[in-house]
Amino acid sequence: MNLAWRDIRHNLGRFLLTCLGVGLLLGIVLSMIGIYRGLVDDALVLVRAPQAQIWVVEAERRGPFAEASRLPQDTRDMIARLEGVAAAGAVTYQSVEATLGERKLRLNVVGHELGRPGEPAALVAGRPITRGHYELVADRRARIALGTTIRLGRNVFTVVGLTEGQVDSGGNPVVHMTLADAQRLQFELEGDAARAQAARGTGRTPPTVNAVVARLAPGASAEAVAATIRRWKHLSALTQAEQEAMLLESVVEKARRQIGLFTATLLLVSTVIIALIVYTLTLDKTREIATLKLIGAPDRTIVGLILQQALAIGAIGFFAGAALLVNLVDIFPRRVVLLPQDALALGGATLVVCFIASALGVRLALRIDPARALGG
Amino acid sequence: MAGQGDAGRAGARVPRVELRGISKHFGSGAARVDALKDVSLDIFGGSVVGLLGPSGSGKSTLLNAIACITEPSRGRMRLDGDTVYDNRWLRPDLRRLRLEKIGFIFQFHNLLPFLTALENVRLVLDLAGWPREAARQRAAELLDYLQVGDRGQALPAQLSGGQAQRVAIARALANQPRIILADEPTAALDSERAGIVMDLLRGVARKNDAAVVVVTHDEKIFDRLDEIFYLRDGWLVPPEAAPTPPRLAIASSDMRL
Repeated sequence: MNLAWRDIRHNLGRFLLTCLGVGLLLGIVLSMIGIYRGLVDDALVLVRAPQAQIWVVEAERRGPFAEASRLPQDTRDMIARLEGVAAAGAVTYQSVEATLGERKLRLNVVGHELGRPGEPAALVAGRPITRGHYELVADRRARIALGTTIRLGRNVFTVVGLTEGQVDSGGNPVVHMTLADAQRLQFELEGDAARAQAARGTGRTPPTVNAVVARLAPGASAEAVAATIRRWKHLSALTQAEQEAMLLESVVEKARRQIGLFTATLLLVSTVIIALIVYTLTLDKTREIATLKLIGAPDRTIVGLILQQALAIGAIGFFAGAALLVNLVDIFPRRVVLLPQDALALGGATLVVCFIASALGVRLALRIDPARALGG
Repeated sequence: MAGQGDAGRAGARVPRVELRGISKHFGSGAARVDALKDVSLDIFGGSVVGLLGPSGSGKSTLLNAIACITEPSRGRMRLDGDTVYDNRWLRPDLRRLRLEKIGFIFQFHNLLPFLTALENVRLVLDLAGWPREAARQRAAELLDYLQVGDRGQALPAQLSGGQAQRVAIARALANQPRIILADEPTAALDSERAGIVMDLLRGVARKNDAAVVVVTHDEKIFDRLDEIFYLRDGWLVPPEAAPTPPRLAIASSDMRL
């Protein structure tokens, strides 16, 4: 006869309410983990999008994401001619703020060369950029419909294609435009400043880019090509793995620690709360436990009653929290990535937490004097 | 050292409860309280005995000692012929002993509120390792015997006081105990129901050759007790010195105020 289940059934409403409370707490823990995963995922989306093996940036810089970087555009030709490089493309990255109707948009604008590495990932709607100017491919996260026109800097662009899941490390949607448009947006000065520069007799500077991305020929070593670039071209060169590691280290690390600390704190709070709940539930059953002891129930029956209820609270709470999060994941302003292994790990941690939390109740139960059943 | 299973003394009738020189004190030095002093008594199967005395006289301590939940400080105690305590030697498997040999009846039934009447009775049999169906059948038979068979699926909160106490008696009888300890079993019942409960206990004592020990202040049931043990300040008062039942009832009532 399962006493734990019968007791739960007897106080089902109170028990489910308790589980819901624990579920909300565990839902928050799970969302924290999901937010962190989303943060890492988002941070890597932009760096993985060009599907490059080498990133070439300004000398002594850790660009273009961790630090600013500026290179002459013709660096791309130089890199493309290196042995082991199959293709190279110049790219720019910049954040802009735009207004669409009443809505303010923060966008990460990627400038790329048509037909070269750096082009947007697979489109989910519309077509790629085909004209040299004033066309945009935007991510769905920006909530801009195909055919919409939007003003960026001094020019108006038309959205011709849509991507899915392309965001920067801040969660801002990415839009792609041609390199020429992006350069104009990033580097061209406004009218007054341009006239002032012309008056000082300063000529036009050669076009610049933030980085050059390169894909390697089959069999080529990314480390060797990067070493060549660093040695002979006096530029910084990073392999894809180095770029990703640097990005996570410099951009996401603090957020990761913060979220990790918050998650650990929440788990600790959950432990304390579950321990208090189990303790209170045990206190409520003092007379019943005393009676059980008196009539000869072994300690394992009493421990089982408490432990099973604690584990049930944890398990039901966990599934309630997970279900809640799965249904509410889209209302989070940032991407929440729920991985099965994370959910499994939290489920396991929850059971451990419940096991530990039940210790207080078990200790209380084992100390209950059976004489209390006799009123002594 | 006294061993176990030393029941079979040929020819002699073995008392279900045998106490010799049982003493119990709590605390030490100036704070020492002697709750029981050199108590010796025999209670035989088939009898219903009352354990009476004013508050603080040691009734509860004596009941707890017989129930194997309080270890005496000195003396010797045998239950159903098995030595439980012999001058600081305490039998180790008291839980099992309680489960197999002792049935408990409480003042407020103490049924588990989350189990039905049938499950409350079955629980004792489950703990004793009875097969599921046999346990269910035995529990149902007991409830029928106590005339609450039709309330088997009711929770304790859905039972009247008398019905709940009958279920509690069924639970106490489930394992066919040799000793039944009842703590104020009729205190929450009216005269008629108290009489029925006591008659049931007398019937069980006779039928199962069990010793029924009743701690009570309830004068309504004095006439249904086969023997009365009267305690005062931890001493067992000799029968000739014990108050007669009417005086005893008044004294007990006074003490409870």
